[in-house]
Amino acid sequence: MKDLSLHLLDVAKNSVAAGARHVSIALEEDAAGWLTLTISDDGRGMSPEFLAQVTDPFTTTRTTRKVGLGLPLLRLTAEQTGGSLDIQSTVGVGTALTARFFRQHLDCPPLGDMAGAVALLIQGSPDMELTYRHTTPRGDAALSTAELRDILGQDVSLAEPEIFAWIQDYLTEQENEAAVDPSPAVGIEGEVL
Amino acid sequence: MTVQQMIDSIPLTVFHLDDPGHLVEGGYCGDLLSWVMGRAPAGGAWLTIMSNVNVAAVASLTDTACVILAEGVIPDAPLLDKAKAQGITLLGTDLPVYDCAVRLGRLLEP
Repeated sequence: MKDLSLHLLDVAKNSVAAGARHVSIALEEDAAGWLTLTISDDGRGMSPEFLAQVTDPFTTTRTTRKVGLGLPLLRLTAEQTGGSLDIQSTVGVGTALTARFFRQHLDCPPLGDMAGAVALLIQGSPDMELTYRHTTPRGDAALSTAELRDILGQDVSLAEPEIFAWIQDYLTEQENEAAVDPSPAVGIEGEVL
Repeated sequence: MTVQQMIDSIPLTVFHLDDPGHLVEGGYCGDLLSWVMGRAPAGGAWLTIMSNVNVAAVASLTDTACVILAEGVIPDAPLLDKAKAQGITLLGTDLPVYDCAVRLGRLLEP
């Protein structure tokens, strides 16, 4: 996965598979260059035994093959930048995943198309309540399906192509305004910043 | 061998060509940018599947002759912009990294 939005999609589909009614996605970028991605849900949660081995690539909920690499690769990506991955989960309550990345590290992937990823998640699970907030030192991008439903009325499906396109445009505009330059740790002239 | 001769022989697609006459004197394969940064030889062709803007930083630092994006990877917009701005030759191929490296190695044989 070459950008963080693909990791977001990968993790969030676990929330969907866990039967979550509410999924909350937060991306926080601080002025020091740290990016914290938090995804929490009220799905069925994981047992302590399963949780303990969830970043082992030979642990998976898949039945078609016995290797799952989503969380192991996310952990690798986070740790390669000097960050970390933490997962808290309680059976019957839900799961919260926190991944920290140092964005100025050379091996930190770009954010990617967060607006597209969020729009895709909503389209894929139109009955789920999703909140998204991306905060940077320059501003923020945010969306809540509950607010969308209040505006659109409860009988409009969030899976409609027009809604998908609207969400994508709406968030893209906000993302572009809030974006901070993902300059690498090593400057183009070679100085270490 | 010049960059242009290499482009014609492998063959490669051109995303940005800075100096067709630049000599290619070796090669390097790697995707973990922090690793490549300390190892890619100056004057070599660097083969990678990474396509973000940090590739330009590493290419510039290591003074590679060019970057070859393998496996059909295309540069993202910030990388292409940076390559143009910094005069980094950015090429591409549908070949897997290994196959491209084999062709390059044969071309470099005396």
